Amino acid sequence: MLSLERVSKIYPNGVHALGGVSLEVELGEIVAVIGGSGCGKSTLLRAISGLDPASEGAVVLDGERITAPHEKIGIIFQEPRLLPWLKVADNVGFGLGDRPKPERAQRVTAALARVGLADKAAVWPRELSGGQAQRVAIARALVPRPEVLLLDEPFSALDAFTRSDLQDHLLDLWTDAKPTLVLVTHDVDEAIVLADRVMVMCPRPGRIFDEIDVKLPRPRDRQSAAFDFVKRRVLVALDRSLNRPATTVDGETKATAGAALWW
Amino acid sequence: MSVVGMTIVADGSPTRERSIGNRWLRLTRPVLGLLLPVLLAAAWEFIVRMGWASGRLAPPPSVIFAEFVELARTGDLQSNTLVTLARVAAGFALGVTTATIIGAAAGYSPMVRRLLDPSLQALRAIPSIAWVPLFVLWLGIFEASKVTLIAVGVFFPVYLGLMGAIQSVDRKLVEVGRAFRLSDVAMVWRILLPAVLPAYVISLRSGLGLGWMFVVAAEIMGASQGLGYLLVDGQQLGKPAEIVAAIVAFAILGKATDWLIALAAAPFLRWEDVVRQD
Ligand SMILES: Nc1ncnc2c1ncn2[C@@H]1O[C@H](COP(=O)(O)OP(=O)(O)OP(=O)(O)O)[C@@H](O)[C@H]1O
Ligand SMILES: [Mg+2]
Repeated sequence: MLSLERVSKIYPNGVHALGGVSLEVELGEIVAVIGGSGCGKSTLLRAISGLDPASEGAVVLDGERITAPHEKIGIIFQEPRLLPWLKVADNVGFGLGDRPKPERAQRVTAALARVGLADKAAVWPRELSGGQAQRVAIARALVPRPEVLLLDEPFSALDAFTRSDLQDHLLDLWTDAKPTLVLVTHDVDEAIVLADRVMVMCPRPGRIFDEIDVKLPRPRDRQSAAFDFVKRRVLVALDRSLNRPATTVDGETKATAGAALWW
Repeated sequence: MSVVGMTIVADGSPTRERSIGNRWLRLTRPVLGLLLPVLLAAAWEFIVRMGWASGRLAPPPSVIFAEFVELARTGDLQSNTLVTLARVAAGFALGVTTATIIGAAAGYSPMVRRLLDPSLQALRAIPSIAWVPLFVLWLGIFEASKVTLIAVGVFFPVYLGLMGAIQSVDRKLVEVGRAFRLSDVAMVWRILLPAVLPAYVISLRSGLGLGWMFVVAAEIMGASQGLGYLLVDGQQLGKPAEIVAAIVAFAILGKATDWLIALAAAPFLRWEDVVRQD
């Protein structure tokens, strides 16, 4: 289990980015973190990953305090961040440096096949499309079989079609080993399609403002009324988190207005 | 070049035809570059042959070629080339080694950079030839002072190139290394080194260019051997063909050594996402 105990972060320049975030995430749970720009989502994720540890409070994974990158925690960034001097297969195997070569090769092949890029193993990263590159990044993060996978707006640089494609794909991959996912996103639909729980954050300093359970069966239909209902709840919470008065009562306009406002 | 390439690609739609077109282009491209110098040389040869000019101070290609053959026959060409090559090699090795060590340290550690970089930048402002009298006083008139001068010339581009390259390594890729818990050694080996390599190779090539420049300076200022000595010798004895022959030898050697570095580095830089320039 992953638990955050009053995690605070004050950057050296004095910015109070996180003001005591507490959160418990069960093994295998998918939690989406959503909130206005600059409210500390990335900071929170980096604190969990150990890349940029909290200044106060603690991140604890299975009873172990996380203060530096940990083998049980994988992270996927907004950009693929593939190493341009390694072929795709070597990028995927990057986190397996200590394993024997045959095992590495076998796991890399399996992972590439799993993300549908078996034919790209011997290709340079520059020869991939944006969506393919992000799939390679996902494979790279999953290959060491992390217990917790952190994703910071992993699909935000992609077009809408590729994005929903990769969302489905991520869920598919998740069913293999059921790691805990903590997903930071700007996209309400993405949060609701993927997550068991949506945490809405509010800024200055970053705190958890609201928590919305998504008790919809998977796979989720983005068009269904139940989906829309949850979406509206999230959007209302978002508007409140940013101190924006709910301008319209009408659900439909409300939803679009909210999305346009805080995007 | 691209215009020609595009026409051919557009004409020959089947891939086989296209690859033949490409190969033809690849063969003819250097030839195209040679067109102008060859034409000029032929024209000059013709003018001298016709007796329209004496060609005494500017010898025609045939005379230069004959001089080349003569220098090779007496062994002067080989021995002087070897001496010059040895000087460049020693100076280059010395300059690159120190520049790599200091440049790496200054790029890696802000402390070292703050300590050394201002002094080195100040030294860099001095035209390197100005050191010659001092080097001669310190190291004598023989090899040591020449090699040192070449090493100084090689040092600065390599130092600056490497330090800059290390400082500008993509922080995001370093973070990938951190996320995968690389050790310091692995971080250098698997992230920093490959990231820095393209800029380092470029700095080596410009360092080598300066090395060739400074060997000429050193040999002109006082040497009894070397291609630079042939330049001075040709001037003093009024033999322009010898001067031009030495210049041609410098050109060939400079280009060949540069090409060797590029060739040695090519297998490690195949990943680079750049438009091919040749
Ligand atoms: N390295 C840093 N040094 C100082 N301040 C920082 C740093 N990184 C972020 N901040 C500040 O901390 C606050 C939270 O930033 P963070 O990047 O976590 O926001 P975010 O929620 O991820 O925003 P976005 O949705 O735009 O990505 C912001 O006010 C930002 O200016
Ligand atoms: Mg962010």
